Amino acid sequence: MAGKSLFQQVNDYAHRANPYPLYAEMRKTPVLGDEDGNYAVSSYRLITELLHDPRLSSDIRARPPDDPKQQAVAQSSISPAFIRTDPPEHDRLRRMLTRQFGPPHTVGMIDNMRGDLEKYVNGLLDRMQDRKQIDIVDDYAYPFPVDVICKLLGIPPEDEKRFHGWAEDIAFSLDPAIGEEGRKLIAKGLVARNELGQYMRALIDVHRKQPGNDMLSRLITDSSADGRLTEEELVSSSVTLLIAGHETTVNLITNGTLTLLRNPDVFERLRHEPDLIIPLVEETLRFEPPVQFNSQRTALADITIDGVTIPKGAPVYLMIAAGNRDPVRFNEPDRFIPDREDNQHLGFGSGIHYCFGAPLARVEVQIALNALARRLINPRLVVDPPPYRQSAVLRGPRHLLVDVDGIKP
Amino acid sequence: MVHRADVLQSFKKNGSIVIVGASLAGLRATEVLRKEGFAGRLTVIGDEPYEPYDRPPLSKQVLAGWVEAEHTTLPRQHPLDDVDWRLGIAATGLDLRAREVHLADGQSVDFDRMLIATGVRARHWPKEDEARLAGVFVVRTRDDARLLRQKLETKPRHVLIVGAGFTGSEMASVCRDLGLTVTVTERSASPLIGALGGEIGSIAGDLQRQHGVDLRCNTTVTALEGDAERTLRRAHFSDGSTLDVDVAVIALGSIRNTEWLRGSRLAAGQLGVACDAGCRAFDINGIITDDIFVAGDVARFPHPLYAYQLIALEHWGNAVAQAEAAAHNMVNSEAERRPHISIPAFWSIQFGVNIKSVGLPPFADQVVIMQGSVEQHRFVAAYGHKGRTVAAVSFNQGRWLPYYERLIASAAAFPPTPPAYDVPIPLHPVPAKFPAANAPTSTPTIALTGYAPDEICATYLEEPPMTPVTVESGGKA
Repeated sequence: MAGKSLFQQVNDYAHRANPYPLYAEMRKTPVLGDEDGNYAVSSYRLITELLHDPRLSSDIRARPPDDPKQQAVAQSSISPAFIRTDPPEHDRLRRMLTRQFGPPHTVGMIDNMRGDLEKYVNGLLDRMQDRKQIDIVDDYAYPFPVDVICKLLGIPPEDEKRFHGWAEDIAFSLDPAIGEEGRKLIAKGLVARNELGQYMRALIDVHRKQPGNDMLSRLITDSSADGRLTEEELVSSSVTLLIAGHETTVNLITNGTLTLLRNPDVFERLRHEPDLIIPLVEETLRFEPPVQFNSQRTALADITIDGVTIPKGAPVYLMIAAGNRDPVRFNEPDRFIPDREDNQHLGFGSGIHYCFGAPLARVEVQIALNALARRLINPRLVVDPPPYRQSAVLRGPRHLLVDVDGIKP
Repeated sequence: MVHRADVLQSFKKNGSIVIVGASLAGLRATEVLRKEGFAGRLTVIGDEPYEPYDRPPLSKQVLAGWVEAEHTTLPRQHPLDDVDWRLGIAATGLDLRAREVHLADGQSVDFDRMLIATGVRARHWPKEDEARLAGVFVVRTRDDARLLRQKLETKPRHVLIVGAGFTGSEMASVCRDLGLTVTVTERSASPLIGALGGEIGSIAGDLQRQHGVDLRCNTTVTALEGDAERTLRRAHFSDGSTLDVDVAVIALGSIRNTEWLRGSRLAAGQLGVACDAGCRAFDINGIITDDIFVAGDVARFPHPLYAYQLIALEHWGNAVAQAEAAAHNMVNSEAERRPHISIPAFWSIQFGVNIKSVGLPPFADQVVIMQGSVEQHRFVAAYGHKGRTVAAVSFNQGRWLPYYERLIASAAAFPPTPPAYDVPIPLHPVPAKFPAANAPTSTPTIALTGYAPDEICATYLEEPPMTPVTVESGGKA
């Protein structure tokens, strides 16, 4: 198709395996409007500026009534989650959720999970010991974070079969609604979100009657200066935590593994230098971010940035993956440098919507990749590039086949 | 002809640099000098016996007992084993002509280039006999913090904090967290008035009172009274009242460590050591020196956003940025010189509120609440000077500050364009209520001597004149 805008090409599945040349092209016009009225912002500096700009909204309800995402929100039976709201509503919800997730109210929770997480990933690898080929996605990167988020929230892990399809449809509906195909994805996402909401509503009811020590129970029973979460807020928040808690982490583990397989010297180094994992995961977040761009932001006023005016009501796409490879900010941006210094990447975003789950994601991925480095014997990539999932926003391989000579005990 | 580049290369290889001051600025400068390839002799002089350590935790985590005072050593960002550390020995003088720093132990160290990073020290209680009473404390050093922490562990019945600046307010907050009874006195109308102005300072005052602090503004301590054992028992206040206290923490600000430069013929005085934006010190006549650099709390430097007034900032971030700029300029050619013009920023934690600031609030005449809720102590306030945005302060809303930093950097109009949500409508700018210019100082320092154009020069006055005059004013509140 001739005449496709750069932004449309990024969303085109044909470019999923390697969108980075498109991002480089995009950065030549760091604020790029297209005929659909979309604005893509792709330089590190401008993305950072807009992530802190209180005239940019995360609330889809701010869009014009003919916007497909706006319509989907209007038809949804559950209210927008905290990541889709603006202050002061956003701040209140996030404060209440944070109380059960991290300091100062919940101290040491994630750190205390390390032992269990290590046990779990090693258990997965133990069960594959007689295998010569594994699919990093289906065998490893998917089951691990799903199990973690289920246990954390208090969702029976065996229900994964029920919510798997919904989660995927919701994830895919995060893409921009481009053309008829895009509208279909949005519609599917709406149905899935309503159904997952129904499921959560029932689960919350169970936890309300018999509270445990899981996060869902604590969110239900907690009260603070901000009061209690309403039923609606509990449903929308827990749906979001469940989706965000694994869809992104799956991609980060897989993208990390793929990058290591493409850089065998780094993989080898990690084997001998397990502490390298800390900067290495940060570099993965920069190099292959699991959220490639923010797709839900809207200008609430005319915003003039570097001489370009984004009109009020326009969808604004913050191209995280492009900013992460901006040569103005990062030396040799297209090289994977596992111990890169001064690596203030945008992989978790910035500003008030900075990734809620970042502390958990970091620990999960550090543990998952280190276990692979320690235990896989002579791992080799089978197909490069691997087949990718549909989503342009939550970009990651659908399968990642690896041949191994064996798995160390 | 001697090529400048050759001179520089030779200096980087074989020259010698002395850094006076072994705290944050001194350490960061040392690291940058080595990182940028200075291979010559590098000496760091510090009056405290400790490796460079971090001071912000002293009035917070250390006092609260979360962190041992000894566990505040600053991490090294570069190996510095080939540095001659002279710790526990104060510098006592500078001979510019001989290029020597004199030390308290009688030795001296010569140099080609020098960095002054001697910072500030705590201002003690002015009446010496009262200051020596057991139970009277200041907090500036690691030792200070350890001693006060030990005292707080004995559960004193009543703690008096003298002065409600940032350090005093933070310590009051810690004492309340520890369940101690706390009285805070403040000379002016509100806490934090020098840094944030009376309008925002009064919000900090509400915060203190809500957390159970007995805050007494417009009140000074007139005397500290001890018993026969020279132990603090009672404080007397300017309103005539008294209070039985067993701890008094003096938080009356700081004194710049410049006395050792007296006679050095540098522009050094109680406001600091004046320098240009490249961190080069001025001599006593106001002429720039080539080889003497200044950084950190002790430096007074011009900032283009603030009318090039000489400002001194006791901010952690300023010490880092200025030391980095100074060190860079010490080992690079004129063409590669870098200005220290980062936008000032600082933070504080007190009474459960994270206070952050960008820009220079004391430069402002007006302030306006831009976002959030004052009642809930979650807001961003923007500060304006003659219709231009010059600063912003947040209470528990720090993630928005980069937006305001950009407004400040671009000299945006004040009040700024309002945010699109969580906004008090309409925006309502009010006076920022900063106290009037600094009180006249009683220790004048400089006069001109000589008559002929080639004779006239500035000189230190050894005897104070009869009538106090202000030589320098403005800049730092």
